[in-house]
Amino acid sequence: MPRSTHQFTPKVITANALLEGDVVYLTERDCWTRDLREAALLTDEADAELRLLQAEAQTGVVVGAYLAEMAAGTHGPEPVHFRERFRRNGPSNYLHGKQERI
Amino acid sequence: MYAYSEFDKSFLASRNAQFRAQVERRIAGHLSEDEFKPLRLMNGVYLQLHAYMLRVAIPYGTLNSAQMEMLARLAEKYDKGYGHFTTRQNIQYNWPELRDIPDMLDDLERVNMHAIQTSGNTIRNVTADHFAGAAADEIADTRPVAELIRQWSTDHPEFQFLPRKFKVAVTGSPNDRAVTRAHDIGLRMVERDGTAGFEVIIGGGLGRTPMLGKVIADFVPREDLLPYLEAIVSVYNLLGRRDNKYKARIKITVHENGLEKIRALVEERFGAIKARFSGIDQQILKSIEASFAPPAFKKSDTAIFEESRAKDPVFRSWADTNLHPHKAEGYSIVTVSLKAHGATPGDASGAQMRVLADIAKRFGHDELRISHEQNVILPHVHQSHLPDVHGILKRHGLASANIGLISDIIACPGMDYCALATARSIPIAQQIATRFDDLKLEHDIGALKIKISGCINACGHHHVAHIGILGLDRAGQESYQITLGGDHTETAAIGERAGPGFSSAQIIPAIERLIAAYLEMRLSEDETFIQSYRRLGMAPFKAALYPEKAQENAA
Repeated sequence: MPRSTHQFTPKVITANALLEGDVVYLTERDCWTRDLREAALLTDEADAELRLLQAEAQTGVVVGAYLAEMAAGTHGPEPVHFRERFRRNGPSNYLHGKQERI
Repeated sequence: MYAYSEFDKSFLASRNAQFRAQVERRIAGHLSEDEFKPLRLMNGVYLQLHAYMLRVAIPYGTLNSAQMEMLARLAEKYDKGYGHFTTRQNIQYNWPELRDIPDMLDDLERVNMHAIQTSGNTIRNVTADHFAGAAADEIADTRPVAELIRQWSTDHPEFQFLPRKFKVAVTGSPNDRAVTRAHDIGLRMVERDGTAGFEVIIGGGLGRTPMLGKVIADFVPREDLLPYLEAIVSVYNLLGRRDNKYKARIKITVHENGLEKIRALVEERFGAIKARFSGIDQQILKSIEASFAPPAFKKSDTAIFEESRAKDPVFRSWADTNLHPHKAEGYSIVTVSLKAHGATPGDASGAQMRVLADIAKRFGHDELRISHEQNVILPHVHQSHLPDVHGILKRHGLASANIGLISDIIACPGMDYCALATARSIPIAQQIATRFDDLKLEHDIGALKIKISGCINACGHHHVAHIGILGLDRAGQESYQITLGGDHTETAAIGERAGPGFSSAQIIPAIERLIAAYLEMRLSEDETFIQSYRRLGMAPFKAALYPEKAQENAA
């Protein structure tokens, strides 16, 4: 694959869990967590691409894995885009989804 | 109401058993997601932002109390206690787990309901006037024809892989409450020489390329309707583009080929297939019609209604906004608002659904409807029961007197739930409703349709709103674009874009300026927002939305 010349920005691998449909993130130890703070923040493009391939292969566990842009925060990765903020938190009209457990 | 035949029951049971096996094979790893996705979509199962979503069809928006009770049960047993009624007369459950969905479908089967063809490139749930069978202004109840279309289109072997999804809407009234000109096929019942037939409209649709439908046939006799529909869909199936998803809807087919060419092809196809229908569809229609026989309307005194209206201002306000004339003397059509100020448009809790089912049983001839405007209708309530019905609704947060007013907003789920959305819709609807409620201006403003979509696919019908709001992603921020002058009725119109978008912090003040300008400019309290807009045009409203720009121009 040709390496692009652009600056790679940090990302996490995220997907939805097959059974619950819940948002999940890949950790350093290549297992899935429901908590973004525990996700591995990937800063190397080649590493990110490879891990995404491995994540996509886990079709019995997750659906629709992709790389989502994040910034390093004091408590782990923080979403850059509002869509990922909603995925992390849950809907804004009820305290449902992930915010039920926070 | 139509009750499933033995054929329907065995078809649905085998279909549900197939889907159960497919889910099991997916969980066991024998099916990949690529293999499973088209199968789940055929059964109304989406994967959204936070969870799976099950979309259940409510054909032509009609429910009985047992069905509504089952919807409540599903909300409580498999979801988080609520369901969301949509602009396509469906209900969506936002939180089911994959393993539970086959059980949900089995539960629905017990009350003659399913989720088939609520997704995918097929003919979707047939929608209809939510006042059908009750409205004083209709020619006839269109639900038997809608049911015939449902039976014809469900699992139709030729139409399971259309170029794109296909939506049919039916109205039996000259006052179009089914937005027929924004559908792939819109059917408007009309009379010619004393017999009822249909004006057939094709190629309407909203989304990224909004278009109003065009009349392909001004009168199709009822007995020719099904072969004529089959001819249209069959021509589209061959001619519709499959190379580009965004050019695949029939509106583009009609636009690119021209109405004349499509009409000629449809007539030719119609000639070839008509004989095959052999009248069997008309026999089926006859038996369907029998199951939609009007209820036995009673004749009794309505004095208590007038008395309550005179002495209870809260009841009067509700009666003035939420009731609609019924064809039977002494009856009213009740619209129950699912738009309490600050609530999510179209959401009902399981408890509220049960209350509505109970009211339908006790006071409403066991009938309920869901409107494309995301409210619940009690189509047949005798006026003597209205004070009781209002009292019950009030106790359950269902008595908002705001039908057709500024807070009766259509809003799609937007980015709070939907994987396709580019911005949120729900919080904008909530803020508009609470803001104008605080200002106590709602009744003064009068009739107004605000409709909000969270992406260009326009599930929130923003193009046909008096004030349309479209949520977009502009450089990583939620941005809201306003369109003005749209109309969803028989005088349908696509709204015009007012100008640059507003941030989520700016959009409510922008709507406030717009409304203030209208209140200032209207000729009298009787001139509605849309009438003022038609009289004055875009310019003064644009000046209100963009005051800095207006000042620059003046300088």
